[in-house]
Amino acid sequence: MSPLQGYLTLSALLFSIGLAGALTRRNAILVLIGIELMLNAANLNFIAFWRFGPHPAALTGIMFAIFSISVAAAEAAVGLAIILAAYRHSRTTDLDKMNSLKG
Amino acid sequence: MIWIVQNLWLIPALPILAAGIAALLKQRSRIAAASLAIGSMAFSFLLSLCAFAHVLLHPSAEPLVRNIPWFQFGNEWLKIGWMLDPLTAVMLVMVTFVGLLIFIYSTGYMEHDENFTRFFCFLALFAGAMLGVVIANSLLLLFMCWEIVGLTSYLLIGFWYFTPSAAAAAKKAFITTRIGDLGFLIGMVWLYAQSHTLLFYDAGAGCLEGRSLFHLVATTTVLGLTSASAIGILIFCGAAGKSGQVPLHVWLPDAMEGPTPVSALIHAATMVAAGVFLIARIFPLMYAYTVVKATNEPLSMLVIVPSPALHVVVWVGAITALFGATIAVAQYDIKRILAYSTVSQLGYMMMGLGVGGVSVGMFHLITHAFFKALLFLGAGSVIHGCAGEQDIRRMGGLRKYMPVTFAVYAIGMLALCGFPFFFSGFWSKDAILHAAHNWSVSQLPFYMGALGALLTAFYMTRQVCYVFFGSLRLPAAGHVAHSEPHSEDTDHHGAGTPHESPAVMTVPLMILAAFAILLGFFGTPAWPWFQSFLEGTQPAFSFAGFSEPGIIPVMLSSSLIVFLGLGLGWWFYYRQPIATADSPDAVGRLAPGAFSVLGHAYYIDALYGATLIRINTIWSRLCDWFDRFIWNGAVQTVSYLVLGVAWTDNFVDNYVVNTTFDGGCHTVSFGGRVLALLQGGRVQGYLRMIGVALIGLVIFLLWGAKA
Repeated sequence: MSPLQGYLTLSALLFSIGLAGALTRRNAILVLIGIELMLNAANLNFIAFWRFGPHPAALTGIMFAIFSISVAAAEAAVGLAIILAAYRHSRTTDLDKMNSLKG
Repeated sequence: MIWIVQNLWLIPALPILAAGIAALLKQRSRIAAASLAIGSMAFSFLLSLCAFAHVLLHPSAEPLVRNIPWFQFGNEWLKIGWMLDPLTAVMLVMVTFVGLLIFIYSTGYMEHDENFTRFFCFLALFAGAMLGVVIANSLLLLFMCWEIVGLTSYLLIGFWYFTPSAAAAAKKAFITTRIGDLGFLIGMVWLYAQSHTLLFYDAGAGCLEGRSLFHLVATTTVLGLTSASAIGILIFCGAAGKSGQVPLHVWLPDAMEGPTPVSALIHAATMVAAGVFLIARIFPLMYAYTVVKATNEPLSMLVIVPSPALHVVVWVGAITALFGATIAVAQYDIKRILAYSTVSQLGYMMMGLGVGGVSVGMFHLITHAFFKALLFLGAGSVIHGCAGEQDIRRMGGLRKYMPVTFAVYAIGMLALCGFPFFFSGFWSKDAILHAAHNWSVSQLPFYMGALGALLTAFYMTRQVCYVFFGSLRLPAAGHVAHSEPHSEDTDHHGAGTPHESPAVMTVPLMILAAFAILLGFFGTPAWPWFQSFLEGTQPAFSFAGFSEPGIIPVMLSSSLIVFLGLGLGWWFYYRQPIATADSPDAVGRLAPGAFSVLGHAYYIDALYGATLIRINTIWSRLCDWFDRFIWNGAVQTVSYLVLGVAWTDNFVDNYVVNTTFDGGCHTVSFGGRVLALLQGGRVQGYLRMIGVALIGLVIFLLWGAKA
């Protein structure tokens, strides 16, 4: 197995773990953590494709990853703020109980 | 034996690993946590001994380094690495040995604490990071470990975070040292910009080696400083913050809110010495000015001109040495006296580095580490025996109750005072005073140091008289101010009778006491083994060392000063025993005004509170006001405008558009109700749908690729 395949497998695993977490957890914070895992799987892909791609000398991959990490940080801050606001509103972080958007 | 260089990283890695495992342990697995920490420390100690033996048996002028590329940045590889030279070897052995003893002592001291596991996790993390600082061959790696050390210091000062004063002290320590570290960081970035590497030694290409130093002294910056000196001064800011030099010393006395073993290990023996170690490590950079000046002149014309950076180090050190000693005279808390004494001794070390070079400062660092750890652990034993009492006015007469603690404490006290000939402190302090006496720039640091030595002898005598002599003034149980949460002790041992500490605490004390005496003989003028070891030369034993000009007068005068200080302390505090806990201090009666100023540490905290902190508060209030009224006002105006537009729109909508489109709306809303069945209101339902769609997409793409 080439290193690229190894990295891709790792990131696929990471993604699946994140997805499973996001789908099965009731707690909004744990869902957010799952989403972070998926994001980091994507980051790993960026780096892996950059490193083993045709132009590893240019810093594109690392720049992309850094942007993505900053976006993820902003996303985590906003997400946590939303969860906090939702918690203040409904006194729970259980997603199944937050279904007032039901059509 | 080259394997020891290859595997030097194990020394810090073992305690860090132990900390990691201890962090995962349950709160109740106390024995596992303690044995992990102590075991890893013992292994590190053995490895350090191997490293020490290697340096001892194979002396070489060049430090042994091993650098590894860490990550690529553009076309440059950032390298980190570790190194082994006499300085590293000495520090390794000192940190692991003192650390090991304090770990063992802690198992006794923290016996009743419910967060025993967390304590050992932090201690091990601290030890690992500190050892990382010691072996680092890259300023970046050193800085990272330095920050971890700062973090663990914060965690351990705030170990009893439920007492507000401990939480405040932890924050204060963290923020104050951060101010210094800002200078360190700027210096580091500047150094990287100038010399394109942060490795200290790299076969001629490191930043402390000839080529880079030559470049650094050749460029001048503001105020006519060479960039070597400017960078040196910036990095010294970090060292001053960590080592509690004036004006960043304010955190160190407050740091005594932490458990006493922490005060001994981190805030007396090792971490605060990291600043001194840092200056010793980058000494070629600090010293560089002189080197180049000298090469331009014929050998006979050599005039040693200390660089501006060393000037700063000497003056800050001398001021700190005197300053800390004066404050210690008027303190009543047993640990605060030792804390200010530590501030003062760190000043001596800095002064020693500045006036006499690496070996002078480092010798005092090593001896101080042993006797100050001894004093702190002795104080911890006293506090443990008095059920958490820390006020020396409420102790007294403990000599009878705690004979072992008294004996070792007296040894530590005499070593700190620099009692002639038999104690390590005498030899190391004397080396500093002698070097200060010969300093070419000014004699003032010497006189400041000598006055500080007089005060040191005086305040230590005062403390010992208060604590160990006279009559017992411990109030009945129930009135004890619980400065440290030791209430379990009072239950165990009944009211008001102090007791000797268990062997697990006294044995490390005795070992430290032995070293507090013996270490001095490795650095006497007749047999300067320590100095030659650091410089990589062979030591020679001869009494001719005493005949060097100035040594005997300095020694005699410093002995006289010590006896004078001891005598004054005896005169004030032993001749008339202190009767009750409320009776005023003997010196306080003589000069109440000055004593009160010293007791409040020159009101430095109040000064900072009235200036820096107030300016910050005013600035934040201003920002708050700006936010509330200016920005918020603008936003409100816009929102009212939008509201007005919305009202108009609403009118048009309700009476013009709505009626027309109501019919169409009904159709759409029916469609909406049908589609709303998909909208289950559960976030994870949507996620699941996206997941299924993703799988479908992947299958489609794979199928498409195959076709």
